[in-house]
Amino acid sequence: MMPKKGPIISNLRKDQILKSISEGKHIDGRELSKQRSLEIVPGIIEKAEGSASVKLGDTHVIAGIKVEVGTPFPDTPSEGILIVNAEIFPTASEYQEPGPPDEDSIELARVVDRGIRESKMVDFSKLVIEPAKQVYVIYVDIGVLGMGGNLFDASSYAAVAALMTSSFNVYRIDGDIPVKTDEKMAMPITDFAVSLTFAKIGGSIVIDPTWEEEGIMDARLTAVYDNDGRICAMQKGGSGGLKIDDVFQMVDLGKAKYLDIRKKIVEMVENAKSGN
Amino acid sequence: MGNLIIDGKRTDGRGPLDLRPLKLEVGTIKNAAGSSYIEHGKNKIYVAVYGPKDSHRYGTSMEKAIIRCRYHMSPFSTDERKSPQPSRREIEISKVIRDALESSLILDEFPKTLLDIYIEVVQSDGGSRSASITAASVALADAGIPMKDLVEAVAVGKVDGTLVVDLSDKEDKEGEVDLPIAFLLNEDMITLLQMDGKMTVDEFKEAVKMAKEAAIKIKTKQKEALGKKYFEKADEK
Repeated sequence: MMPKKGPIISNLRKDQILKSISEGKHIDGRELSKQRSLEIVPGIIEKAEGSASVKLGDTHVIAGIKVEVGTPFPDTPSEGILIVNAEIFPTASEYQEPGPPDEDSIELARVVDRGIRESKMVDFSKLVIEPAKQVYVIYVDIGVLGMGGNLFDASSYAAVAALMTSSFNVYRIDGDIPVKTDEKMAMPITDFAVSLTFAKIGGSIVIDPTWEEEGIMDARLTAVYDNDGRICAMQKGGSGGLKIDDVFQMVDLGKAKYLDIRKKIVEMVENAKSGN
Repeated sequence: MGNLIIDGKRTDGRGPLDLRPLKLEVGTIKNAAGSSYIEHGKNKIYVAVYGPKDSHRYGTSMEKAIIRCRYHMSPFSTDERKSPQPSRREIEISKVIRDALESSLILDEFPKTLLDIYIEVVQSDGGSRSASITAASVALADAGIPMKDLVEAVAVGKVDGTLVVDLSDKEDKEGEVDLPIAFLLNEDMITLLQMDGKMTVDEFKEAVKMAKEAAIKIKTKQKEALGKKYFEKADEK
């Protein structure tokens, strides 16, 4: 209910950032339409059914997949269940207090959830053990270890990479009880989508804002693109508004950029799968 | 797919650009600094604004009023009873509504204060967050909070491959895309934007334009409702 208190940016620093942006560069020297360095390492948690560590600039996020068995929702008896949860750990920054998920964590989890669900990346119809009775429940837990801005994209890439590289034990129904077998099943992945976040700062549109930039931005927009460049989820954030033209520019910029990141994700996931 | 639009008409008989019936009242809660009530489709929503009130508690700002916003659905507002505890959905919606309204307000006149916006959905239908924003903006005006413009919101979407305005509950659940948008029309700005479902970039742009047309219609209703309270009172004197 309470607005989030972020880092306090001094006026001097704010002027520096705005000056840099007016000259066409992020404060870290990147061009405005360039993402920070992105590192995705899947499979870092052996005990998880799937996992990935993502470093996007200074932002560090880990996603882990756990699979359990549960009863399906009454309106989707022949589909598995997806549950996305996010926590910004107190390790992430001096401003983060321990405690139950705050509204920022909840928004983060829900935006990542929407990207996964709406892109139809997981084929939930293949996650059924016995219709209306037993289905697989896929938990995607996201932990933010280091705060460096743009948690949405980093968390989304982590969740996507973890899902793409996950496999889990198959359950068989014995009587009425599901029993875990030694047989492994790969996560039924059909496609995946790429999240891109933009910010409006000092009259300019920038991609992949840093934490400091988020502290002075007017507003941000996250758009998630599928393989064909269609948008499958969006979320505007921040207490300022965005001009309608800005929004149009952002979605166009995203359409021009999503393929680069898509390739990067595929490459890093394939590397991990081939087991180097 | 294929049963939400028949002969160009939607399931409730509307054309693609038609809004559901919308009724707005101002000043419905006596104790509040500002209040409103909206019926939009089957949505029935009360909004109360309290403050700006002095506060020295942690979290207030020396520069402006801090807004707190609670969007809450009553347990009896849905087909199945809704647990009275705020769900994750309600926490997220509270946040995006707060953001959507804050960009319209001029808050630096009220440092070290809190401004509370309480939204109670007593009956829910499709588009409850949009209706909440439309009503809350009117309640803020009623409370006399300086603002750049009223905010109005509407959900557009795609059902059976057709772009339509003001999704019903059925269209929201069974359609392809749900895209709630809030506008600050004076500034040609968007203050809330969320989207579920797939559409091309061109479809998205078209949907935004349709939503803007709908927002212009909703703004007329907002002004009428405020006018009814304030100008009729003035006429009586």
